[in-house]
Amino acid sequence: MKFTALQKKEERPLAGYKRFEAPGPAYIEDYLEVKDRQIPVIGTRLGFMDRLGAVKMRWGFGRSGYRVLPGVYAVGHPVPDSPVLVSANYKLSFDALRRELSGIAAWILVIDTKGVNVWCAAGKGSFGTAELASKLARTRLADLLSHRKLVLPQLAATGVSAPELAKGARFQAIWGPVMAKDLPAFLAAGMQKDKEMRLVPFGLRDRMAVAPVEFTQAAPFFGAALALSCLYALPGDAQWFGRFLGILGFSWGAILAACFAFPALLPVLPFRAFALKGALLGTAWGLCASALLGAPLLGAAGLALASAATVAFLAMGFTGASTFTSQRGATLEVERGLPWMLGALALALGLGLGSRLFGI
Amino acid sequence: MRTLYYLKNGESLELDSLHCTGCGACVDVCPHAVLVIGERAACDDEDDTPSSDEVARIVNRAACMECGACAKNCPVRAIKVESGVGCAQAIILGKLRGTAPDCDCAGGKSGSCC
Repeated sequence: MKFTALQKKEERPLAGYKRFEAPGPAYIEDYLEVKDRQIPVIGTRLGFMDRLGAVKMRWGFGRSGYRVLPGVYAVGHPVPDSPVLVSANYKLSFDALRRELSGIAAWILVIDTKGVNVWCAAGKGSFGTAELASKLARTRLADLLSHRKLVLPQLAATGVSAPELAKGARFQAIWGPVMAKDLPAFLAAGMQKDKEMRLVPFGLRDRMAVAPVEFTQAAPFFGAALALSCLYALPGDAQWFGRFLGILGFSWGAILAACFAFPALLPVLPFRAFALKGALLGTAWGLCASALLGAPLLGAAGLALASAATVAFLAMGFTGASTFTSQRGATLEVERGLPWMLGALALALGLGLGSRLFGI
Repeated sequence: MRTLYYLKNGESLELDSLHCTGCGACVDVCPHAVLVIGERAACDDEDDTPSSDEVARIVNRAACMECGACAKNCPVRAIKVESGVGCAQAIILGKLRGTAPDCDCAGGKSGSCC
């Protein structure tokens, strides 16, 4: 095998013309030679490093660097008549797609979504009509095909306009299923979707899959709680450490409840506003923790309020990870909720201080 | 699957059934089954000639997250919706910076934001 450099003529090379410089990404198994082009053939089985990478992404490590080179790839041994599947260049999206394609022959067009997943990129417009049209032109994908149809992930429809694509690039968009796992059934049925394939799922597993990201984003809250607990446990007498541990357990418990219990309980918590759902969960945790710590009345009220405000704020942030919230609804929640949260936190601090000073 | 509902969902969704051709593109791209294609209601604009007997209808407005996919893909622009990201963090950041809400998230789970 002879390895040659990526095409250097343009500043940003594309996959699907020349071989990757050795060693190349592990998911490339072979090259398909078509019309003097070397199309990378990708594997459909995820390796250990792919799985490790997915775990790292979920926990928020180096999320911005997990990208696939845009361009044309092949899976199986596609022919001019084979379908084209369009993917984002976020490696987690790319992996979610290729792992479902064993036994399928298709072309994969990876477009440049700046390493962002399909739905978010479509919302921002980077998975959009213009980018898609530009990659169609630069990859000269049409040269490899005997048709002008593209299977797009359905969630790209907030960014890609099928009528504009037809007019501008003369390609027909076919909206595939929301989830890549439904692609084999979709293709086998002659590119027909059933209603379930159109719906975006947000069951317990989906909600818990995004929870680690919330957890890592809550890092400043853990830090702030640590600092506040040090101060709150003053004076530095023999009981300082005991008080410190108590208040730290309470505050970290509230943050953990927001990160993990909240997504788990989302459908069963009453109210539509995430902040109200969170306030309820936070109050419940505050009262439990007060009972565990044996806090006096004023202290218990302070803990419940502090917990309600903190969990409400973090819970409100989960709108971003959810799949069914509108911008106008989230704006209403922010505008109405934030003043209450800040007020409750200030009042909680006052109550806590009062409780510590007067022992009530 | 259990449908989850949110505040103000679908309030800005407008469908002009007179110009709707019943092509079903909106139904195909909607992730929350807000729309269906069905027979035109008899009371719709009796004076005008509708373009089709089968048109899109809104059957679950409260499930609409105003993502804008339907409006973007309607070939006759018969749907209007004020779309945007439903993310509190993006809204707070937007307010702090004095810009429109924009999510800064670099990745996340495939299929969901932040």
